[in-house]
Amino acid sequence: MEAGAQDHIVRFENVQKSYDGETLVVKNFNIDIDRGEFLTMLGPSGSGKTTCLMMLAGFEPATHGEIYLNGQPINNVPPHKRGIGMVFQNYALFPHMTVAENLAFPLKVRGMSKADSDAKVKRALEMVRLPQFGGRRPAQLSGGQQQRVAVARALVFEPDLVLMDEPLGALDKNLREEMQFEIKHIHESLGVSVVYVTHDQSEALTMSNRIAVFNDGIVQQLAAPEVLYEQPENSFVAQFIGENNKLSGTVTAVDGETAQVTLKSTGDKVAALAVNCGGKGDETLLSIRPERIIIGDENAPNKMSGKVVELIYLGDHIRCRMEVGDSNEFIVKVPNSHAHAALKVGEVTPVGWVTEDCRALDMI
Amino acid sequence: MKSMLTLATAAAALTVVSAAQAEDMTIVSWGGAYSASQQKAYHDPYMAMHPDVTIINDESSAEAVAKLRAMSEAGNVTWDVVDVVAADAIRLCDEGLAMEIDPDTMLAPAPDGTPASKDFGDLLVSECFIPQIVYSTTFGYRTDVAEWGGKTPEDICAVFDTDTFPGKRSLEKRPINNVEWALLCDGVAPEDVYDVLSTPEGVDKALAKLATIKDDVVWWSAGAETPQRLADGEVVIGSTYNGRLFSVIEEQKQPVAMLWDWQVFDLDGWIIPAGLPEARLKRALDYIYFATDTQRLADQAKYISYGPARKSSAPLVGKHAELGIEMAPHMPTDPKNAVHTLLYNYEWWADNRDDLDAKFQAWLAN
Amino acid sequence: MSDTTAQSGPMLAADGTPLKVSLARALRRQKLRALMLIAPLFLFIVITFLAPIGDMLFRSVENAIVPDTLPETVAVLADWDASSEEAPGEDVFTALHADLLIAAEEKTHTRLGSRLNYEMPGISSLFRKSGRKVDDMTPGNYKEQFIAIDKDWGNVDVWRTIKRFSGDYTAGYFLASIDAKIGHDGFEFVDEDQRIYLFLLWRTIVLSVAITLTCTILGYPVAWILANLPLRYSNLLMILVLLPFWTSLLVRTSAWIVLLQQQGVINDTLVAIGLVDDLNRLELMHNQTGTIIAMTHILLPFMILPLYSVMKTVSPSYVRAAKSLGANDWTAFWKVYFPNTVPGIGAGAVLVFILAIGYYITPELVGGTSGIFISNRIAYHISSSLNWGLAAALGVVLLSMILILYWVYDKIVGIDNVKLG
Repeated sequence: MEAGAQDHIVRFENVQKSYDGETLVVKNFNIDIDRGEFLTMLGPSGSGKTTCLMMLAGFEPATHGEIYLNGQPINNVPPHKRGIGMVFQNYALFPHMTVAENLAFPLKVRGMSKADSDAKVKRALEMVRLPQFGGRRPAQLSGGQQQRVAVARALVFEPDLVLMDEPLGALDKNLREEMQFEIKHIHESLGVSVVYVTHDQSEALTMSNRIAVFNDGIVQQLAAPEVLYEQPENSFVAQFIGENNKLSGTVTAVDGETAQVTLKSTGDKVAALAVNCGGKGDETLLSIRPERIIIGDENAPNKMSGKVVELIYLGDHIRCRMEVGDSNEFIVKVPNSHAHAALKVGEVTPVGWVTEDCRALDMI
Repeated sequence: MKSMLTLATAAAALTVVSAAQAEDMTIVSWGGAYSASQQKAYHDPYMAMHPDVTIINDESSAEAVAKLRAMSEAGNVTWDVVDVVAADAIRLCDEGLAMEIDPDTMLAPAPDGTPASKDFGDLLVSECFIPQIVYSTTFGYRTDVAEWGGKTPEDICAVFDTDTFPGKRSLEKRPINNVEWALLCDGVAPEDVYDVLSTPEGVDKALAKLATIKDDVVWWSAGAETPQRLADGEVVIGSTYNGRLFSVIEEQKQPVAMLWDWQVFDLDGWIIPAGLPEARLKRALDYIYFATDTQRLADQAKYISYGPARKSSAPLVGKHAELGIEMAPHMPTDPKNAVHTLLYNYEWWADNRDDLDAKFQAWLAN
Repeated sequence: MSDTTAQSGPMLAADGTPLKVSLARALRRQKLRALMLIAPLFLFIVITFLAPIGDMLFRSVENAIVPDTLPETVAVLADWDASSEEAPGEDVFTALHADLLIAAEEKTHTRLGSRLNYEMPGISSLFRKSGRKVDDMTPGNYKEQFIAIDKDWGNVDVWRTIKRFSGDYTAGYFLASIDAKIGHDGFEFVDEDQRIYLFLLWRTIVLSVAITLTCTILGYPVAWILANLPLRYSNLLMILVLLPFWTSLLVRTSAWIVLLQQQGVINDTLVAIGLVDDLNRLELMHNQTGTIIAMTHILLPFMILPLYSVMKTVSPSYVRAAKSLGANDWTAFWKVYFPNTVPGIGAGAVLVFILAIGYYITPELVGGTSGIFISNRIAYHISSSLNWGLAAALGVVLLSMILILYWVYDKIVGIDNVKLG
């Protein structure tokens, strides 16, 4: 490893990207990706995440800024010299080659001898548990098998970094979960760095060390999965990751970490963590996770009254939709235990929350 | 290839749709200036006399033989009168596709009472053929070729003299006429030409003479090609029909002149398809009687420089209807132009055309 | 339910009929409906395409005109020894007189003359002349009278020709189409100075291959651009590609004449910029160059369209994948992109080649003598010499040639490897 390479394998520095010269699809992107890290770029479609991946792979030039790989600027390095493995959305297995030929392709273009290459291909196929499939054409494999071949092909030439562009998008739910585990497992056992792009937040939460949440060309928050869920820094992240209840109000006072908020619809005064709510007089959106709502307790802090609109039985818990303030999409997850009395539709009951569980965020 | 094979039958099938109505008469001709001259000289006056008749023009004469055969096999001949060259008329007559004509009963006598058979004379080359015009295949040359040093071609052999008259030549892509000219310029006496050609050595002799200019020849298959090439300067001398040259010289005023030496006379005229239903046959015969009388044939020469086929028409040829110039000097039959002439030898070519064509095409290809 | 499964025999439907019968009945209506849907097209093709082609192909062997016109002569002539050096005897001429009397009445003798004239020059006028005079003959001594009309009736070769072509069917047209004939001593090739068809066939194939190659080389990049441009640009370009289809073939060919001739636009331009000497202008037409240039232009869309539609299906991620795996631009193209477009090349090549091999208008106008195809001879025999038998035989030869090449193509490339998109 070179002296300047530090322990960051990838570094984006003030990177911007525009396709038409009028609008930016990536606005000032900065990130350091650690060696061996599994980093996921998560966001809705059109948020700029795939563009960032393509710039890293070398298929799209950055309009402004610099990308470093192992400490070296790579803006002028063509894709085939970057040595980055890549798994594509629809696998991009070469249909005119057998599985073994597909795997041998990166080795052949690197001038590896036939014997070495055969051995590596064999090992790679074993790694993805398809040892007997080398002679088949990609079209003769199932989706999951093609997926595994695509992963094996991206890894067979032993790159330090593998990019994955929504690799599981085409698989059904069961297979997708199985593959998530498998990719995670391969990542851990090989110690390779992975940059993963997806729009599926549960996939991102399951697999990543860190997640960069993209929206509108900007990284909204870059953090570990649990931080993203527990401590979203803005309303977009709160909304995008997991389920979320929101109530709009006006800040009346900020006292250290706590903000006093008057709800718009009911005039109730409640307290929340002042995360991203500006100062007195600013509008804010309160965000509370459904499982943190205290229901049916007259003594709960930040108490309000809610009316049960709908009840859905989900086994381990009951999903309760309520009318609270201006929201009739207020969701409460009620554990299915004796401690909780059975709710009825139409019933009016108090709801509340601990101040630490409610985050006062920006208005969208 | 498939289109080739279906061409004839498809043509026959399509014409089923356009089967002529009682008052329609379909006349087939060559199109262009030639059809226009017929329209003015024949069709318009005829329709003026017979308001109930509509003449439909079909420009299929170039494929008339094949199409007539296809129609006849399909049992549905939709043409009433067809304009063809004499050689095609002979072929159609041999194939039984054209009806026989008795000139003295079916055609008008001359104004002085001479029967049609005498008035047309030798030009009645087939029992089925009603001659209309005499045209000739002859040469035109550019008058502004610098390399010629002021010399102009005086006789047919100038075509074969690439030293005195360098430049590209345009000749028809078939043996007819070319082999005759070649032999004439190879020292064969005019009266011996066909005797010589009837021997394999004679054919070789003719092709050998043509071979001396083969590299300088651009071959044509449509009559319009030579005039166009002369006008473009692509060739300096070339053969075509005299009427085409007339229009290049007199109408388009191109720097081109006629070389009439050893022009080959040929005939163009009418045939009536065999087996027409009675009503249509009567109409067709009535039209033919009108359109081939002495005055009508002379009228056509007002619009195009082809000679009328009747002897009695010659004195009536006047001035060009639009250009206002005397037409007589532009007729191939004018004595000044007809010093040396050949008449297309129909009998000989009917026998030898296929054979010589095979040899000629093989010679061309190799 | 349970009682049908309990039976050991064939499965039965609810009403007791065997399940297979029941299924077939249910499907029959569907099949019938499907048949009804294709019936109009099927009939159309049979009537307007297959039947005429079949009819034309039949002509390549059909020879009924000789035995039909000269039935008695043919019968008597069977006993004549063709290897003798003497014309047949009085019996044959008596039969000939009887046949010709009828034939002249029905005007079929001239048609027979044209037919036999293909085999031996001169027979056409022999029959025409004799038909005119056969009425005036006096009974008896026919041989003398016929020879008096034309001495060719005493020519053994005339009689050999009639005898050789006296059957209902003949291989003569096919032999002629490969420059051969049945001579006095059996199969032989015609004289060297008349051989043309094999040579033309070969040239047709060579030029068609050349045209296919130039179409591929020129069409491939265009198809690639079309397939990779954003839709709004590619639509515009596609219109340009299709533009030639909207102009008539003759107009396009004439345009090429204007461009290519020695005093034409291209030569004028080259002379003007001094690349070519005025006295040595390039010969771009009336030769093979002209045919190849003009036909490449005319057939190019037939290469571009299948290539384009196949390239559309080749995901751009293949090339990206190849590059990410370490392949440079050329390797990614050659090893990954190109193999995936081969089916398009295959389809385009088959289309262009088959269209090229049958072309005749363009070669006729710009091909001069060295650039014409065998179809030009077929056209000549169809429309000019009226030798439809030979035209049909040439057509069959050309068709078999295409089928053979198709078979070879299938062996080498595999016909499954042909895709129109």
